[in-house]
Amino acid sequence: MRLSRLTRGGFAVFAALVVTFVLAPLLVIVLFAFDKSNVQSLPIRHWTTHWFAVAFNDPAVRSALWLSVKAGCAATLIALVLGTLVAFGIHRFRFFGRDTVSLLLVLPIALPGIVTGLALQSAFNITHIQLSIYTIIVGHATFCMVVVFNNVVARLRRTSTSLIEASSDLGARPWQTFRLVTVPMLSTAIIAGGLLAFALSFDEVIVTTFTAGAQNTLPLWIFGAILRGQQLPEVNAVVVFVLILTAVPIAYAARISSGERSFGSTGSK
Amino acid sequence: MATPSTRTRFVDATSGRVVSETRASELDVITSGQGILLRGITKRFGSQEAVSDVDLEVYRGEFFTMLGPSGSGKTTLLRLIAGFEVPDKGTISLRGVDVTGLPPYQRGVNTVFQDYALFPHFDVARNVAYGLRVRHVKRAEIDERVQAALEMVQMTEFAARRPAQLSGGQRQRVALARAIINEPQVLLLDEPLGALDLKLRQEMQVELKRIQRQIGITFIYVTHDQEEALTMSDRLAVFRSGRIEQIGPPTEVYERPATEFVASFVGTSNVIEAPYGRAVLRPEKIEITNGPLAEGRDGATGQVIDVAYLGMVTRYRVRLDNGNTMTAARQNSSGGSQLALTPESRVTLSWDLNDAFPLMSHSDAETQLGEPAKGAI
Repeated sequence: MRLSRLTRGGFAVFAALVVTFVLAPLLVIVLFAFDKSNVQSLPIRHWTTHWFAVAFNDPAVRSALWLSVKAGCAATLIALVLGTLVAFGIHRFRFFGRDTVSLLLVLPIALPGIVTGLALQSAFNITHIQLSIYTIIVGHATFCMVVVFNNVVARLRRTSTSLIEASSDLGARPWQTFRLVTVPMLSTAIIAGGLLAFALSFDEVIVTTFTAGAQNTLPLWIFGAILRGQQLPEVNAVVVFVLILTAVPIAYAARISSGERSFGSTGSK
Repeated sequence: MATPSTRTRFVDATSGRVVSETRASELDVITSGQGILLRGITKRFGSQEAVSDVDLEVYRGEFFTMLGPSGSGKTTLLRLIAGFEVPDKGTISLRGVDVTGLPPYQRGVNTVFQDYALFPHFDVARNVAYGLRVRHVKRAEIDERVQAALEMVQMTEFAARRPAQLSGGQRQRVALARAIINEPQVLLLDEPLGALDLKLRQEMQVELKRIQRQIGITFIYVTHDQEEALTMSDRLAVFRSGRIEQIGPPTEVYERPATEFVASFVGTSNVIEAPYGRAVLRPEKIEITNGPLAEGRDGATGQVIDVAYLGMVTRYRVRLDNGNTMTAARQNSSGGSQLALTPESRVTLSWDLNDAFPLMSHSDAETQLGEPAKGAI
């Protein structure tokens, strides 16, 4: 498409504004995390890394972080197994209600988190299940699974079926085909899905609120601290930490899933 | 209707279709059960019948081509032989063994795919080794055979490359090596040259023939390119709407098409009215002049509507005075006198009725039901 110079310039300015609007608040938080003052205002007069030390030595932050990591890892693991299996099932087989099932699967992400959270809490309540790390894990797994499923199913759709046929044609039994062709074909999609799932779980607030009970995950601790209005500089330091911990896997996931061209189509034409 | 002379036609007693023109005599030489035998193969997709009650025998060591327009069932039949699809009816046997229900990995058949289907995460050598690896052949033997297979397709120096780093023609060669290393009883090729440019395609045609002669395995080749089919095959089958219209050696199919469809699909041809009925006349058998019709020859007069210079020949399309259109071809000889014919030139087309071949339309074939014809009719 050919655009006039003026139009292109206009689009560039608009795009720059959007990016600034999205990223500027993040930058503000990062700056304040290094502000020595208790009262946040610009310009920053005294710089310090003091608040990171405070956050690091705060037992409440530590236990919240540890809970978040444990819950995130467990939810991701469940999501990887279930999401991949479901993607296979939906992609490979034609069965009654297939479209309905794939819609129901993505519902936890499509629905407002407050609905999912409330529903989970009520369900735990009537079945007399105590809220614990396990209920957090289950809650997170519901939407983490969707991310893995979406990634894997997209890869499966882009993968030429003739690769599987070629493997079988060359004498490979189904298990060999799965190990030598299918898994390598899907590996990056599965990894990317897992990283995204972990990032989602790690900063989830709403569903966690309903399923955590008395415990604090890191985002819940942040939320509480902000509500209380104290420890704000420490919160900023924690937020910067969370930002890094979630941005790295997301950036990596984006790289491995876009760095390679669609699998299988490289062999044709 | 008078039946044509000099034809040896074998009509299947149950279906009434012409199975082969020469089959009756060839069967004496080649024992049945040695190659591939298809019996009454039918395959439906939904309500669509992709292959309808096809009987076919492919002999051992033969270069056999399945020719037809897209959607004529040739690729489906290939996939049935490979085992990717299961027929709704009929049986497939390989060297006398019924393989109809066997999965692809238990058949002595390998396929060269239209999109090559090379594994993108393996280099060339590992792609070629795949079939031996999954069958747990010893490492040393694998290396040796990979080397030999790559030599055969002249790809030795590319062993360490990934498929993405190869050109179309090179991928084609790797796909071929990956299939023949397994020493299949039959090699299936699904329009393998379709994605290549003309020059490369002609090169690969010669190459494929050489390799087939060298290793002596049966090739079943699917194409919609009639020229490819004519140049490469020992025999070919012309497909139309899931059925076989004619089977025979290229010269026979070209010179004596059994149906009007075959006549039009394989080469250009004219259908004329002969005293015994409709007949096929190839463009190169027609003489085109601007003089009157010579004594004792059949012919017609008309007006040139289109002249196409094709290199070796020039092709003329002529609207006859009776309204029909005919195509004539004339060799472009360097020394001979050239006819200066342009659109709208008045011309005379003439031919020898002995060069025309009587046409047996599909309905004629049906009426022959139960009359297997042997020898001259």
